[in-house]
Amino acid sequence: MPEAFKVLTSKTLTLSQANIDTDQIIPARFLTTTSREGLGAQAFYDWRYEADGSPKPESVLNRIDPTEQRILLAGPNFACGSSREHAPWALLDYGFRAVISTEIADIFTSNALKNGFLPIVVDQTVWDDLAAHPEQSVTIDLEAGEIRRGNAPAVPFKVEAFARQCLLDGVDALGWLQSKLPYVASYERLRQDTYQPETA
Amino acid sequence: MSQPKTMYEKVWDRHVVVPETAETPGVMYVDLHLVHEVTSPQAFSEIAARGLKVRRPDRTFATLDHSTPTLPAGPDGTLPYVTEQARKQVETLEANCARHGIELAGWGSDQRGVVHVMGPELGLTQPGMTVVCGDSHTATHGAFGALAFGIGTSEVGHVLATQCLLQRRAKAMRVTVDGRLRPGVSGKDVALAVIAAIGFGGGTGYVIEYAGEAVRALDMEGRMTLCNMSIEAGARAGMIAPDQTTVDWLRGRRHVPADYEAAAADWLSLASDPGAVFDKEVVLDGAAIRPMATWGTTPDAGAPVGAPVPQPRSASDQKAIDYMGFTAGEATTGHKVDVVFIGSCTNGRLPDLRAAADVLRGRKIQPGVRMLVVPGSEAVRRDAEAEGLDKVFTEAGAEWRIPGCSMCIAMNGDFVAPGQLAVSTSNRNFEGRQGKGARTILASPATAAASAVAGVLTDPRAYLEAPIHA
Ligand code: SF4
Repeated sequence: MPEAFKVLTSKTLTLSQANIDTDQIIPARFLTTTSREGLGAQAFYDWRYEADGSPKPESVLNRIDPTEQRILLAGPNFACGSSREHAPWALLDYGFRAVISTEIADIFTSNALKNGFLPIVVDQTVWDDLAAHPEQSVTIDLEAGEIRRGNAPAVPFKVEAFARQCLLDGVDALGWLQSKLPYVASYERLRQDTYQPETA
Repeated sequence: MSQPKTMYEKVWDRHVVVPETAETPGVMYVDLHLVHEVTSPQAFSEIAARGLKVRRPDRTFATLDHSTPTLPAGPDGTLPYVTEQARKQVETLEANCARHGIELAGWGSDQRGVVHVMGPELGLTQPGMTVVCGDSHTATHGAFGALAFGIGTSEVGHVLATQCLLQRRAKAMRVTVDGRLRPGVSGKDVALAVIAAIGFGGGTGYVIEYAGEAVRALDMEGRMTLCNMSIEAGARAGMIAPDQTTVDWLRGRRHVPADYEAAAADWLSLASDPGAVFDKEVVLDGAAIRPMATWGTTPDAGAPVGAPVPQPRSASDQKAIDYMGFTAGEATTGHKVDVVFIGSCTNGRLPDLRAAADVLRGRKIQPGVRMLVVPGSEAVRRDAEAEGLDKVFTEAGAEWRIPGCSMCIAMNGDFVAPGQLAVSTSNRNFEGRQGKGARTILASPATAAASAVAGVLTDPRAYLEAPIHA
């Protein structure tokens, strides 16, 4: 069960490149793990480390304090590519709790929400405004559905209703799905011929 | 008179267990759940931690493909895994399948293969089904008119425990490729042309239906190649209406329904109704498509082989061109190629290997080029060897391996070394996808084979028009 997410206030880290794919977020050679723990060490590995394993001093990811910059401000089409849930696991373990972009890949969005990592899509003007103020803290208020920065007008954002409720109340998606098993059983019994979906 | 429906809506409607509302997503039934070693261990641990069982092991089918070596076991029978962790991951899936009664096409099985090659081959994938797998290239199975898409590991757990997924209906896009493809132009070239047209991310939120004369004329393998790469445009799923080609291809396969003719009649009714409305329409001229290759580090960076690298439109484009070691305005056909990879769930099927072999027959690959040919499954390997394709490859100087994902994802020990330039029939040219610092050009099997012979990226049509018969 993911940690609940209500309000987060933090500085942002900007990675403005477009199409940051899941192979950048966590390279495939680290996917032989059978656990979901400790992947932060491998987050953006090839951006952070040389081939010999020494840290790249120029990499911003080696210079920030991940406990202070918990919001990633990323270029368009963030986390495109594979379905690996290792991507949100790695980002969370590194220290990020949310990403703001103008476009975020579908599968990543669904994976992230299940792990208490909030993907937020904003339009380009909002993105530019946030990127122009890296020194200021940003508040992501999931309950109110808005992003606030200093005295700037609050910006509304949308998260799929059920995922939002799961995050706010700590509702367990699998538990909820299990509560529908009687319907599943009758679907399996009657199958396409006669099953009429009922409103649950 | 009911509303005309798209194929996607028809398949979706058949699988609604609980309809979606504004507050809650729908509960969608899953007919077939495919499993591999990389994205499943944490899902099995999750259901174990909750004391749950696999609800429908009979609708679940597993294989070993990503972390598996493509070189045979040593004299002592030890498989050359890249790391102990890779071995452990494979053994974890073996144990999970044994514990839950899931059929596994494991080591020693003549059915083992890359998950998206194996499913259709065995007739597990059928039109009208919902098919999911913890793998973004699950869209491949949409070539049969199935609704097939990749899911994350949490969702793998949901499906294991309930045989269902929480889903909202996607938007529908139709991509029509009219006209006839020219000789030497394959499904891969169509896929790269489509992605270049839609853009990387242009399909986000959509299920794509591929239609048009050029698509209908593709064989099932070509259709799988096309649907496979839907995710490279951001679309979770791609579908093609079942037709006689589909019905003929599946007939006689191991898992198809006993009353095949009745099933086939139903499958043929799945096509989108005339007048069905799509949220977005894209039309391409098939006759205008040339053999394609990528010049950047995203799959939408495709252009005809020999075309100049475009002027960058953004800093990201410039970064991609720099990473590839190219220059805007130059043709990429002048750069020495180090590695050629033929395989993957995109292009590791028998017709793909035949297309490569047609170029290579009687020829040698350029000295200094390393060429790896990895069949997509044991069945493909058997069929290829029966036709003598393995000999064509090895006589040309290529390596013939045992099936798996191999250099497509480079997590099993097969990789492209830092800085090397590869022409690959796989689906992703991301930075480092084929190994840290690897530079990848995506292309068709014929183009990859021609490039191995020439030592530089090459349009295959010159070779195909002048075959050498040894
Ligand atoms: S061949 Fe490549 S894309 Fe296909 S399943 Fe394997 S790793 Fe994924």
